[in-house]
Amino acid sequence: MENCFHCGDECRNTVISHHGKSFCCHGCKTVFDILNDNNLSYYYDLERAPGMSPIEQEGKFEFLKNEEIVTKLLEFNEQGTQVVSLLIPSIHCSSCIWVLENLNKLNSAIKTAQVNFPKKTVRITFSSKSLTLQNLAILLSRIGYEPYISLDDITENKSHIDRSLIYKLGVAGFAFGNIMFLSFPEYFEVNEFWLEKFKHIFRWLIFAFAVPVAVYSGRDYFISAYKGLRSKILNIDVPIAIGISVLFIRSTIEIVMNWGTGFFDSMVGLVFFLLLGKFFQQKTYAFLSFERDYKSYFPIAVTRLTRNKDKSTLETSKTEEQVQVYKLVKGDRILIRNSELLPVDSILIKGTALIDYSFVTGEAEPVTKKSGDQLFAGGHQQAGSIEVEVLKPIEQSYLTQLWSNEIFSKNKQSVFESLTDNISKRFTISLLSIAIIATTIWLFIDIPIALNVFTAVLIVACPCAIALAAPFTLGNLLRIFGRYKLYIKDSSIIEQLTHIDTVVFDKTGTLTTNTKNTITYEGISLNKEEQSLLTSTLRASNHPLSRSLYDILDKNNIQTLDDFKEDIGQGITGVINNRSIKVGAYGFVDSKQEKTNKQTHKRTAVHISTNNKYKGCYVFYNEYRNGVKTVFDQLKTSKKIVILSGDNDGEKEHLSKLLPKNTTLLFNQKPEDKLNYIKQQQKKGRNVLMIGDGLNDAGALAQSNVGISISENINVFSPACDGILDASKFQDIPKFLSLSQKGTQIIKYAFIFSLFYNLIGLAFALTGNLAPVIAAILMPLSSISIVVFTTIATYLSGKQLHKPTYK
Amino acid sequence: MSIIYMLLAISVIVALIFFAAFIFSVKKGQYDDTYTPSIRMLFEDEIVKEHTTPTQPKTTKNNHS
Repeated sequence: MENCFHCGDECRNTVISHHGKSFCCHGCKTVFDILNDNNLSYYYDLERAPGMSPIEQEGKFEFLKNEEIVTKLLEFNEQGTQVVSLLIPSIHCSSCIWVLENLNKLNSAIKTAQVNFPKKTVRITFSSKSLTLQNLAILLSRIGYEPYISLDDITENKSHIDRSLIYKLGVAGFAFGNIMFLSFPEYFEVNEFWLEKFKHIFRWLIFAFAVPVAVYSGRDYFISAYKGLRSKILNIDVPIAIGISVLFIRSTIEIVMNWGTGFFDSMVGLVFFLLLGKFFQQKTYAFLSFERDYKSYFPIAVTRLTRNKDKSTLETSKTEEQVQVYKLVKGDRILIRNSELLPVDSILIKGTALIDYSFVTGEAEPVTKKSGDQLFAGGHQQAGSIEVEVLKPIEQSYLTQLWSNEIFSKNKQSVFESLTDNISKRFTISLLSIAIIATTIWLFIDIPIALNVFTAVLIVACPCAIALAAPFTLGNLLRIFGRYKLYIKDSSIIEQLTHIDTVVFDKTGTLTTNTKNTITYEGISLNKEEQSLLTSTLRASNHPLSRSLYDILDKNNIQTLDDFKEDIGQGITGVINNRSIKVGAYGFVDSKQEKTNKQTHKRTAVHISTNNKYKGCYVFYNEYRNGVKTVFDQLKTSKKIVILSGDNDGEKEHLSKLLPKNTTLLFNQKPEDKLNYIKQQQKKGRNVLMIGDGLNDAGALAQSNVGISISENINVFSPACDGILDASKFQDIPKFLSLSQKGTQIIKYAFIFSLFYNLIGLAFALTGNLAPVIAAILMPLSSISIVVFTTIATYLSGKQLHKPTYK
Repeated sequence: MSIIYMLLAISVIVALIFFAAFIFSVKKGQYDDTYTPSIRMLFEDEIVKEHTTPTQPKTTKNNHS
C-alpha cells in the first residue's frame, strides 16, 4: 500500500501518480501543484508528508462578503492594509509554519504572515485592494489550511492576557537577587571596620528593594488571606500573610532602631519561591479552550433568501444575502447547504433534510425530515441544500437555552476545600498557640526576648514548604497528563479527581467512535449477481448509511444501472437487466409484510429485497472504543458506573454485555435530564466525574464535580469542561484516576517532610537564637528540597502511564 | 572607600536597566509565544541555501523577523 506524498494517508481506492510521486486524491495533488509551482516545495523537505487534503466546500466562506462581519474579524483596517488573525486547527508541524509564513509567494497581496504555533493561529497582513478576506480564506483552504471562523469570533470581546504573575515574579526575583548580594557581607563578618561604616546604606538599600516585594508581589496572599478570614476559612494564605507581615515589620523595626539587618532576605526569598510555585502550577494549553459554549460551534452567518415579488409579472425571484445569525428573526427564509450547520430552530420548507444530530442530542443516526417538519438548531444537514423558515431567533432556540441554566454562571471552584487548606487550618491554629505559649513562658524569664521569640516563631514556621508541595506536585502531574493527552484546565481539578466515586459516561461519541460502524448481515445470503447489483445501486446514493455500507462491500463488477430511483427517507431502487433491487427501510423494501419485530424498528438497519423478495438486512452497530470493557472492569471495583445516553435504547442489549452488572443505564436523556441526574447524585453526596463529548453533555459537564470531554480531534470544538481527553487515550482513564490519587499521597508526604523542617526552625526560634543567616539558609533549603522531592516522586509515579493496558 | 557609594549606585542602575528591559519585553508580548520563534529560526538558514541555486534569483529574503 502506498502512502500519499502530501498527506501521508494510505492511498486506498485510487493512486494518482504525478511527478513521480503518489497521491491519494486530487485534492492532495492540487496542493502539491500549487506549492510546487510557487517554489514552495521546501515544504516537503522539512517534514515527511506534512499536508492535509483540502476539503472543498462550495460557498463556505460566502459570509465573508458581508462587510459587517469582515470588520468585526479584522484586527486592523486602514489605508488599504488589513490585519487578521485566523485560527487554523490543522497547523501541526514546522512545515505548516514555514508554508504559512511564506504565503506571500502564493499571493503578492499578502505582506506578512506570522504563525503562533501553540495557539494555532496565523496573523496575516494583506493589502485589501487586491485581496479580500474571503479570497484569503479560500486561498488558505485550497492548500489545506482551512481557517475556523465561528460565531464566537465576533461576539467575544477579546480578553487581554493576564501577565501580572510574571511581573510579580520578576519583581520578586529581581529584589531577591539584589538583597542576597547586599546582605552577604553581614552574614559572616560582624564588627568589621568598613562594614560598620557602610552597613547603614546596605540595610536601607535592602529595605528599598523589599518594599515593592511586600506591597506588590505579595499582595495576592494578603488579599486571599483576608477573603479567607471573612468567610471564616483558615486557608494556607493566612499563615503566609502573617509570616510576610511579621517578617516585614520586625525587619523594618530592626533597621530603624539599628538593632540588626532584619530578615528581608528570607522574606523576599519566601515570596519568590511561592510565586514560582504559582507560576509552575499554571500550565496552560494555548491551543485549547475550556470555556467554549455553542458560540464557537455555530457559524457566523447564513444565507438568507429574500423574495422579491415582481408585481407586473407576478413572478417571484429570490436574492441570496449573507446575514449574521444574530440578526435572524422569526419568519426569515434561510438556505442551508450540504454539510452546513443549522443555527436556529426552524421549519423545513423545501428539500429533504437528513440531519445529523449526534453532537447535539446524542442520537447516533441521522434523521430524515420532510417539508413541514420542525428542525432544531445544532444539526448538520447531510443531503443537499434545504430551505427553512426561522421559528425562533438564536438565543431562544432549544439548544442555546441550555446555557441559560445557572450552572454555567456558577464558579464551582469555590466550593471545594483543597488538601492544603485542610492542613493549613490545623497548622495555623497550632502555630499560633505555640507562639503564644512560648511568648508567655518567656515573659516570665526575659521580657525583651519574649517579643523576639514571638516573631521568630511566626517567621520560621511560615509554611513556605507546605504551600509549595501542592503546586509543584499538581503542576508536575498536569504536565504528565498533558503528555499523555489528557489536558486539564487547572491543577485543582487533579485534586478533585481523587474524590470521584461515580463515573457517568455518555454513549454516542464517548463510548462509541464517530467514524466507524460495525455492520453485520442477517438473512438469506446474496448471490454474486445480487451483490454486484447491490454495490452498483449503493454507489449512486448519497445517504450516509449507503455510503458506509458501500465502503465495506466488495467493489467488483460495478455495473451501470438501467434505472435508479431514490425515495427520500425511504430507500433506493436500482434496476439492471430487469433485475431490481430495493434497499432501505423495512416498509419500503417489503410492502406486503406488516412490521412484526419491534427490534428492527430501533436498530439501525438497511433492508434488502431483490425482485420484490425480502432477503435480509445489514445491521449497523456503533463501534465501541478500544478498551471500553477494560475501563469498566477497572472502574467497577471502586466506582459506580452510569451511562446516560440521548439515543434510543436500541443498543441496550449490545451495551449491557460490555458493562458490569448493576450498572445504571438510562436512554432518551435530554440535555437537562443529564444535568438533573448529576445534580441528584451530588445531593446524595456523590462526587461525579462526567465523561461526554457533545453539546448535549455541556450541562452535565458543567454540573459534575469534574467534567471531561472526549475528542477525536482536540483541535475541533468541545464543550466547556474541566479537561479534554484525546479519544485514543480512552482506555487510560482508570490510570489517570489512580495517578491523581498518588499525587495527593505525595503531597501528604511532602507535608510531613516540611513539618520536619519547621520543627528544626522552631527549636531555634523557641530558644531565642534565630539569627538572620539561619533563617536565610533554612527557608530556601526546605523549599528546594520539597520541590526536588515532589518532582522526583511525581516523575516516578507518572511512569505507570508508559505501560500500555490494552493492545 | 567612598568609591563604594558609586559602585553601589552603578550596580543598582545596571540591575534596574535589565529589570526594565524584562518588564518591557513581557509587556510587548515577547514571551507569549516561545515556541514558534525557535522553529522559525531554523528556516532562515535553509532559505539562504535556496538563494545559492541560480534558478530562482528572485526569491530574496522574504521572511520577516
